[in-house]
Amino acid sequence: MQISKSLKRLIYWELGIPISLLTIGIYHGLMQTVYRSGVIHQSQFAHLDYYQGLTLHGVINAVVLTSFFAVAFGHATLTFYFKKEPNRKVAWLSFWLMTTGTLMAAWAMLSGKASVLYTFYPPLKAHPLFYLGAALLLVGSWIPLFDWAGMYMRWKKENKEVKTPLAVLGTLVNFTIWFVCTLAVAYEVLVLLLPWAMGWKQTINVTLARTLFWFFGHALVYFWLLPAYIMYYTMLPKLAGGKLYSDLAGRIALFLFLILSVPVGVHHQFSDPSIPKGVKLFQGLLTFGVVLPSFITAFTIAASLEYAGRRRGAKGLLGFFKKLPYLDPDQFLFAYLICGLFLFIFGGLTGIVNASGPLNAVIHNTAWLPGHFHMTVAGPVFLSIIGMSTYLYSTNSGKRIFLPQVNVIIPYLWTIGILIFSTGLSWGGLIGEPRRTNLGMTYLNPKNELFTPEWVPTTLLALAGGIIMTIAALLFFVVFFGTMFGRKKDEPKLDLPVSEALHDEKRIALFDTFKPWLVTMAIILVISYVPAFLSAANNPAAGAPAFAPDNPVPVQPVPSDRPAAGSPKTSVTAENK
Amino acid sequence: MSAIDKSEKKVLLVTGSVLSLFIFSILYARGRNNDLPECLPFNKTYLEPKVTRLDKETYQVYAVAQMWQFQPSQIVVPVGSEVDFFVTSKDVVHGFNITEKNVNMMAIYGNINKTTVKFEKPGIYKIICHEYCGIGHQGMQAEVIVNYPPGTINNKNQ
Ligand code: HEM
Ligand SMILES: [Cu+2]
Ligand SMILES: [Cu+2]
Repeated sequence: MQISKSLKRLIYWELGIPISLLTIGIYHGLMQTVYRSGVIHQSQFAHLDYYQGLTLHGVINAVVLTSFFAVAFGHATLTFYFKKEPNRKVAWLSFWLMTTGTLMAAWAMLSGKASVLYTFYPPLKAHPLFYLGAALLLVGSWIPLFDWAGMYMRWKKENKEVKTPLAVLGTLVNFTIWFVCTLAVAYEVLVLLLPWAMGWKQTINVTLARTLFWFFGHALVYFWLLPAYIMYYTMLPKLAGGKLYSDLAGRIALFLFLILSVPVGVHHQFSDPSIPKGVKLFQGLLTFGVVLPSFITAFTIAASLEYAGRRRGAKGLLGFFKKLPYLDPDQFLFAYLICGLFLFIFGGLTGIVNASGPLNAVIHNTAWLPGHFHMTVAGPVFLSIIGMSTYLYSTNSGKRIFLPQVNVIIPYLWTIGILIFSTGLSWGGLIGEPRRTNLGMTYLNPKNELFTPEWVPTTLLALAGGIIMTIAALLFFVVFFGTMFGRKKDEPKLDLPVSEALHDEKRIALFDTFKPWLVTMAIILVISYVPAFLSAANNPAAGAPAFAPDNPVPVQPVPSDRPAAGSPKTSVTAENK
Repeated sequence: MSAIDKSEKKVLLVTGSVLSLFIFSILYARGRNNDLPECLPFNKTYLEPKVTRLDKETYQVYAVAQMWQFQPSQIVVPVGSEVDFFVTSKDVVHGFNITEKNVNMMAIYGNINKTTVKFEKPGIYKIICHEYCGIGHQGMQAEVIVNYPPGTINNKNQ
């Protein structure tokens, strides 16, 4: 269909801004593997400090890119299925809030005033504009939900007995999750962090802030993932040349995500004090509930691919794998999606390890974690984002893909890189290599007393993988910006691949309405999070003053009855009682 | 269409029962053996780093993390001792990781984290800070030295 100039421009900017920033994010990804493997033994390179770079890497890749993309993709999806455009003013308001927020945070990070990583745990303090920027980005990204919800209700009124298109359902589920979880982080940022960072409030309850953050933080990963899921259900079968095995399976999976994505965030705090074991156990169990929609999806997609392969003439039990359009430049989205799906197998398996308490004690905060989530967020999420960005840009502008043969091999190159990279990190994590650490200065520096030779092979593997990933990313930039600067050749149109359903089940009211699911979501949330918030609010003692990353003395003087920092190093052996 | 196929019903039933069995086993095992860090109320005495010997083989360590060191920076205990670690922070969030023993805790201002481990083999066990805590983070380390047989501790300390 044809869309207005305004919407077209909006989508271009919402893809173009984060992808331009991504160049900074990728650069720091590469540099992290360089520092960590001990190729350089310094705190900074080209005037950018390791931890400043890591903050930029996390914020740009995992928050800015994913939020902008989810909004752009949501606009495209609703417009395409409803044949109606979203409200112009609301859409641009959301854009400007997100962009202003991103610029504020980018300024704070680039000027070195916010090296607090993308989790911004207090009492490390960043520049207030970093927090404000983050809040604007989040708020801006959920504004379109209200407009979309209106579009959905108007459509529903006219189409009472028609199933809501699966992609629309997915978008609405995703942004509902997003809205609910961002309430917590907005509270953390606006009520706890900002007044404290401005110096109006002296102290902060660190555990409460962490608990609020992870209420948001785990749902965040589903917010990253659901656009990819929407593509797996509604596009991949079509691209493969087949049909979606079951449409109902997709709906069930989506509603299960709605109720299970948020009330599990405490699984990131298994190692935290002040949160009772029972709360950890309960949320740990709920986490495994997410296995259900994940497996429903895995089997439904596998069945859809099998159907496609057989239609292409495949024989035998697994012959269909050989018949899929892996390297077809005209179906390049297939390559991006299938590579992501493949990586997600390993992402899921390592995720099960993280979610179980006792195993988590082996790997919590070690290099295993980045090993895991580069196979999720830098796997299916990232590949579907960059593939779909190229696709949306090219079809909407009528410009042909620059270097189509290169475009279709990018995801394979990236996948090889990630597999090597994550092997190195996961192995390192199992033998104690910490994450978020500039290893090159100490542990990977042969001249330092902390030198740990066991981590030489693991960090070198990560470096090798990182180099391959960087090459793949550079090729992507060439293809994306090459397409952008090309000339218009075809009729521009908004067009998404649409999979028909093989088993197009009758409309079941329960799986085509939000109310019962929203109520269930609220109940589970209350049960699992009220005890967590109460213990986080009440168990800790005095709140903490603010600290800058380069100084053990608090930014403001400590109130007298609180501990002061900076006593000399001591060596204590056992004393008798 | 809407009625569920017989074989599908069977599959659903089997999956359901396997799943319940699974969840029940997890609950049972975790209920009996839950070694997640314990939830303790804060008390200022925890801010004074020390190693206390409770009896021949039982020790208490008050470990205090701060930018960018642990106190005590060396903890000496005999082989076979069981050690309770009480961990807190004087400033930002730190990590407290003893890889060989799967001790994995966060040290947080105003909060006490606790776990118990038994050191059966002699050796030097590194304690590594594995949460970013500022510019000196990559050098923040301490160690548990497990070296001499039980019973000889008094001689060593005098
Ligand atoms: C060339 C590609 C990339 C390389 C070489 C790379 C490398 C790394 C490394 C080595 C770390 C761990 C650093 C540490 O803990 O000290 C890291 C962290 C991280 N990466 Fe990447 N990465 C790449 C691309 C991506 C992409 C595409 C995403 C997401 C879309 C991503 C998301 C993250 C996140 C969220 C973290 C955690 C940051 C933190 O701990 O605060 N990375 N990356
Ligand atoms: Cu999580
Ligand atoms: Cu540290």
